[in-house]
Amino acid sequence: MRLDDDDTAIAAGRDGEGAATALRLVADMGRLLGADCLVPVASAHIDGCLYHGDSGTLFAEHLVNQGARVRVPSTTNVGALDLQRPGNVRLAGMPRDMALRLMRAYEALGCKPSWTCAPYQAGHRPAVGSDVAWGESNAVVFCNSVLGARTNRYGDFLDIACAIAGRAPRYGLHHPQNRRATVVVDTSPLSDAIKRQEAFWPAIGAWLGRTVGERIAVIDGLHGFATEDRLKALGAASASTGAVALFHVAQVTPEAPSVASIATDTAERLTLTPAMIRDARALLSTTSGDQVDAVAIGSPHCSYDEVLQLAVLMAGRKLRLPLYLNTGRHVLTRLEREGRLQPLTEAGVVPIVDTCVVVTPILPAGSGKVLMTNSGKFAFYAPGNTGYAVQFGSMADCVETAAAGRLVRDEAGWQ
Amino acid sequence: MSVFYPGSGEGELLVLAAPLSFWGGVSWETGAITNVRHPQLGEIVTGRVLVVPEPVGSSSSAAVLLELIRAGKAPAAIILGRPDAILVVACLVAREMGWTAPPVLLQQDLSGLSTGRVRVADGEVRPLA
Repeated sequence: MRLDDDDTAIAAGRDGEGAATALRLVADMGRLLGADCLVPVASAHIDGCLYHGDSGTLFAEHLVNQGARVRVPSTTNVGALDLQRPGNVRLAGMPRDMALRLMRAYEALGCKPSWTCAPYQAGHRPAVGSDVAWGESNAVVFCNSVLGARTNRYGDFLDIACAIAGRAPRYGLHHPQNRRATVVVDTSPLSDAIKRQEAFWPAIGAWLGRTVGERIAVIDGLHGFATEDRLKALGAASASTGAVALFHVAQVTPEAPSVASIATDTAERLTLTPAMIRDARALLSTTSGDQVDAVAIGSPHCSYDEVLQLAVLMAGRKLRLPLYLNTGRHVLTRLEREGRLQPLTEAGVVPIVDTCVVVTPILPAGSGKVLMTNSGKFAFYAPGNTGYAVQFGSMADCVETAAAGRLVRDEAGWQ
Repeated sequence: MSVFYPGSGEGELLVLAAPLSFWGGVSWETGAITNVRHPQLGEIVTGRVLVVPEPVGSSSSAAVLLELIRAGKAPAAIILGRPDAILVVACLVAREMGWTAPPVLLQQDLSGLSTGRVRVADGEVRPLA
């Protein structure tokens, strides 16, 4: 791998010890991954701010102590604390202190404190074809697929290293020829009624991730049904069950004006049947019966539009179960300003910002509890992270369940 | 075979029977597999030669591995079936911090690896009696 004069000077300490550490990490990763050189990046999204033990805090503070600063605009993913409503998170003692120190260290490195896993709906939208360095699997897949910017799945630590160095290893999805689809998914056996179901999108995402692993698919037949929030849900689920970093939707996403234009000549062809999508939806639930103890929406963080949809579905009713609305401060601030938040909280909605219920202790502790969600990502991670079993449904099912105090799921359209 | 991160280690093989994201799938406190949908739920990765045929999942997996490394609870070695940046970055950060990280190898053909005790050193995997 070639380093240019600038890279070499940074590695030698021209811009300080912190920049040298970052450049060394990026260059070492580039060599391992078969990069030919480093590529300047336009922005970064940093996934390293969530506390998982003291090591992450110690590394971030190590960079701060070395005088490191991000060289490009960089947003932060969720942390382990709700900084606006500290009482929401039950972390205590040393872990709480270390989680806060971690978030403050990323601020000290010059990151914009967005604290959201949906930075792309908080104003961070790199241009089509630009090279960026993003972490957080759902943000990566959205950035590549829906925005058409180019990033690999930069994990914790490599994301901040790229942000400080202002460069990423040029390999993988930074090369246009590696962004073509090697799998074509035909959805023509599915009815329009299924494609209009909100729960269809996390379900097809979960199927996609399990089926293609890290391969790039182009999905045909979703034109006219896909919205930005639906593609967000699809991508997040696919990056949970698999290692999907990029998918295309023919006639919808920026790199796929048609199947033929983006698929390779040897692409594998798969056909998605109604039975397969019903199975994928069923697999997102891990339990049966009608018990539900809590409801959570917003992984990835709810957009402003999704919160408006929630308000419509609630129709002024009081909820019997807590409904955790996970969103970003960019959305909550607007809701508060417009007077839309208070009616929700009075009805039983619990807003969570800067973090979410599946990454830090927020849900009431206890065994044998059940979480209902409309998120494929929550459905995938909640059992391991929270101990809750999962019931999966649409946002409407979530609201009806929270209002009724037990599972309510509309099966119409899925038969 | 290529060496992603140098070093040596030995332990019982643990070949992942299904893809596993470390984040949300392995406890950073105990090293146990916690993903309830995973066939090896409850197995401990600590001290094992962990074979990962298909790296998947959250990009926070590096943080989980780094914490296992710092706490002395990491696998003894990691053998990847496909190149993946997410786990090896934890080893590089550990090096910056002065912590000892397990070797990481890339080996396309994993068919010879199933059970038993092996030693990983100098980019090779050798069975131990």
